[in-house]
Amino acid sequence: MATVELKNLRKTYLTEEIIKGISLSIEEREFVVFVGPSGCGKSTLLRMIAGLEDITSGDLLIDGHRMNDVEPGKRGLAMVFQSYALYPHMNVYKNMEFGLKLSGMPEAERRAKIEHVARTLQLEPYLNHKPGQLSGGQRQRVAIGRAIVRNPKVFLFDEPLSNLDAALRGQMRVELSALHRKLGATTIYVTHDQVEAMTMADKIVVLQKGVVEQIGSPLELYHHPRNLFVARFIGSPPMNFFSAIFQGGDAAGSSVQLRDGSSLYVPVTSPGLLPGTKVTVGIRPEHVELASSGPNSGVVEVIERLGAITLVHVRMPDGEIIVVQTDGAALTDVDTRVSLTLPPHNCHLFAPDGLAFEACHRHPLAA
Amino acid sequence: MALKTKTSTRIGVTILGWGIALWLFFPIFWMILTSFKSEVQAISTPPKLFFMPTLSSYAEVFERASYWHFALNTVIVSVGATAIAIALAVPAAYSMAFIPSKRTRGTLLWMLSTRMLPPVGVLVPIYLLARNTHLLDTCTGLVIVDMLTNLPIIVWMLYTFFREVPAPILEAGRMDGATRWQEMTMVLLPLALPGIASTALLSLILCWNEAFWSLNLTSSHAAPLTAFIASFSSPEGLFFGKLSAASTLAVAPILIFGWISQKQLVRGLTFGAVK
Ligand SMILES: Nc1ncnc2c1ncn2[C@@H]1O[C@H](COP(=O)(O)OP(=O)(O)OP(=O)(O)O)[C@@H](O)[C@H]1O
Ligand SMILES: [Mg+2]
Repeated sequence: MATVELKNLRKTYLTEEIIKGISLSIEEREFVVFVGPSGCGKSTLLRMIAGLEDITSGDLLIDGHRMNDVEPGKRGLAMVFQSYALYPHMNVYKNMEFGLKLSGMPEAERRAKIEHVARTLQLEPYLNHKPGQLSGGQRQRVAIGRAIVRNPKVFLFDEPLSNLDAALRGQMRVELSALHRKLGATTIYVTHDQVEAMTMADKIVVLQKGVVEQIGSPLELYHHPRNLFVARFIGSPPMNFFSAIFQGGDAAGSSVQLRDGSSLYVPVTSPGLLPGTKVTVGIRPEHVELASSGPNSGVVEVIERLGAITLVHVRMPDGEIIVVQTDGAALTDVDTRVSLTLPPHNCHLFAPDGLAFEACHRHPLAA
Repeated sequence: MALKTKTSTRIGVTILGWGIALWLFFPIFWMILTSFKSEVQAISTPPKLFFMPTLSSYAEVFERASYWHFALNTVIVSVGATAIAIALAVPAAYSMAFIPSKRTRGTLLWMLSTRMLPPVGVLVPIYLLARNTHLLDTCTGLVIVDMLTNLPIIVWMLYTFFREVPAPILEAGRMDGATRWQEMTMVLLPLALPGIASTALLSLILCWNEAFWSLNLTSSHAAPLTAFIASFSSPEGLFFGKLSAASTLAVAPILIFGWISQKQLVRGLTFGAVK
């Protein structure tokens, strides 16, 4: 098992810088997920680690050894591609055997390994099938099997589940997590599915436009997003935002004035802002509470009933929509007037530059 | 209604297809027909469609020239030129398709542009080069010239076939520890085999029928079948029966070979569609 370290990695295509200085340490056995919007450079970064893209500058260390100029096949990595990228002209057995053969492993040892992996992944009945004869899920298993047999120090996955249907994706997600626990290999996983990121990761790296926005455990990102981008990106449905005026702060919290004139005292430290500055308040739909009367009232515009939960879209007097998540049996109706309660300890404040005010108390699960 | 239109369209297309096929095949058909006529029948007007076939033209052709000598030269030259061209074109097309640079596009266009030059434009320099390197009237000389004239087309065709192969498959090979060479030979080539086969077949046909350089750079020792045909067209006036027999003999092998491998050819040329 291995550690991976990125030191100020950069990548330039022609004149455009795609990866703008990324530093990151990945511990042994850690499951790290890269998330970010499309085009932010996740795949490029993964491919730089794999050796499929040149590193323009910076250092890539695997187990402490500089790997910038080492051939992809010699870095001790295995990669699973989004399109599976199985060898179409080889059957499942040969697909898994290819890398072992190249490494000069004796025939008997190869066979034993492949059979073992095929058993683990329930691929035994298909060893003689060509990839074209397999379903998407089976192909994905073969791709994973091909990675596992090589016994790599680090697994790289580039959106491996995105071509599967929702049910299969859920099942494979669980299988992959179980596999990771069993093999204990360091894993780097690229996805833009935040359920995958939240459920599988030990550590999430949020990327935007080639820079790291935040690195942390899933719950750390959820409870303590470092800035507006991460706050908006992590969590579904996304966090609600509205503007407010900063009034002042002390050691125990900061107070802001909302649009309707009411004020809110949030337990976050203010980073030396002048009173009167415009700030952004953020609160997740699952933290807003509905009341029939009180301040912060608005009109229900849309109701989405998902069974277990209900999403209520409330239009506020200033025109903004706030989404509230309540339980599935909520009796609220469209066009009725409701009031919103904003529990202060669940509110986030963001300075004009987008950075979050630091919470006075860390969430116990995100210490 | 829609069905009716469809049927009539289909009949129209079928007739058109047959028409074009017959139009293309007619010269070959007439050549073969004429080769079985006597010289008198061959030039009779109106031309005869039904007649008593004779092998006299073939007998005379075999008597006057050694067919096998010419045929052997053609086989050596076409196979040699094709083999070398493919061997050179595969790595070239591989790097253009999978490791493109800013200049790849331009290089490809430039290569193709050399095909637009009329060969006669470089006749003198090439003739002199061949003479000074003692390659006149040698198979080696003809192999080099044929190989070089076909190389641009072969690189282009292989390039388009290789572009059909998804890059991640090759990258998976590299992750599995394959060197560039192994990636090319063990992953790419098996996948692009139909395309390579049809490219080779095309090159073979082009070399087989190549006349300009054969006639100008060879005289006897290395003369291929195109020179064999030409030898029946000039000296004592035209004898259509013998000329047709010689032509039929010259094209028969490649025609039969092409016929046998046409399934492969079609598969290669529609590679992208059936992937
Ligand atoms: N070969 C290339 N040449 C030039 N630009 C490239 C190249 N490959 C990627 N890019 C650019 O780099 C940026 C990052 O691409 P990348 O594929 O890493 O994004 P991504 O985060 O994986 O997106 P997605 O979620 O859509 O897969 C994109 O803006 C893309 O246009
Ligand atoms: Mg990507």
